[in-house]
Amino acid sequence: MPVIDGSALWVYLSATPLFWLSLTLLTWMAMDKVSHLAGRHSLLNPVLTTIAVLSVGLVATGTEYRVYFDGAQFVHFLLGPATVALAVPLYHNRALVARNLLPMLAALVVGSTVAIVSAVGIVALAGSPADLMISIAPKSVTTPVAMAVAETLGGVPALAALMVIATGIFGAMVVTPLMDALGITDKAGRGFAVGLAAHGVGTARAFAVDPVSGAFAGVAMALNALITPILAPLLLRFFL
Amino acid sequence: MIRGITILLTCQLIGEMLTRVLHLGVPGPVLGFAGLVAILLVLSARGDIDDSLVSASDLGRVSNVLLSCLSLLFVPAGVGVIRHLGVIGAHGIAMAAAVALSTVVTMIATVWTFVLVRRLTERRRADGGTGDDACR
Repeated sequence: MPVIDGSALWVYLSATPLFWLSLTLLTWMAMDKVSHLAGRHSLLNPVLTTIAVLSVGLVATGTEYRVYFDGAQFVHFLLGPATVALAVPLYHNRALVARNLLPMLAALVVGSTVAIVSAVGIVALAGSPADLMISIAPKSVTTPVAMAVAETLGGVPALAALMVIATGIFGAMVVTPLMDALGITDKAGRGFAVGLAAHGVGTARAFAVDPVSGAFAGVAMALNALITPILAPLLLRFFL
Repeated sequence: MIRGITILLTCQLIGEMLTRVLHLGVPGPVLGFAGLVAILLVLSARGDIDDSLVSASDLGRVSNVLLSCLSLLFVPAGVGVIRHLGVIGAHGIAMAAAVALSTVVTMIATVWTFVLVRRLTERRRADGGTGDDACR
């Protein structure tokens, strides 16, 4: 009779990319279901809950992030092609975008500047070290862009990624109540604001609410990713 | 499926190569996105493609699938939080305050600018002024 050796099985599972990849997807599906059952309540944002569950699991089992990422990288890799794929909804909404070119460009320059200056200003007031100030500067742009900006300017890329995701989750959580409180009913404006401030996570939220908002969010996210690498070094000079 | 993902990856690859060769400082996927938008607009202007053709195409379907699960793609980087528990302990409050306040202020500034400029340009258009030219 074969003896079931749990520790040997764990040795295999904890080291194979298959396990961590499957676990990431299973956790995501479970948390998405939870969010759905809770009527998409913003506190149960599936990105937030999935990260929380997986992080607790990794810390509890003493698993290193590097080992986890060996599996999860297959999901992470799709961020690149997904960013390119934003071209398709933008193409479908080209007429709407062309009509709003001037408001978009004005909102882009103002929003991107405010995003960088306000974030860096707050951590500077708190007396945080320079590398933290640099890492938080690109917090409103999508992960690969923010990591590249942080690295170029002397920040910590992984910390930048963390700020970006926290910003995305927070933005996706507050956008609907915030815009309602401000009395903004313009779907294009709402989408553009959340896409600029909260990149892909905000864009995903905008698409879930309304396709027009989603298209504008996608445009804002892409434009901000183009302008932040130029603005961040210029604006950081005032703080460093 | 193969055709769609190949188009997306090739656009990203060309973007990555351009940004490195030309030292643009703009990430490859963003250049790939801009390139694909330009290609779609040019093909559309020539009458080679239209909305229904793009929606039904392999590229349209793959893009739809990828964008429908966009938020999942941020999970692996987010779990990276476990590597920075020390920094978070030391500066967590300042970081959380900066993220929360800055995100709210950014959304307000962005949406107000957007709505304000839109009203101004629409008024000029309604007055028969140069609003149309400015937005063309």
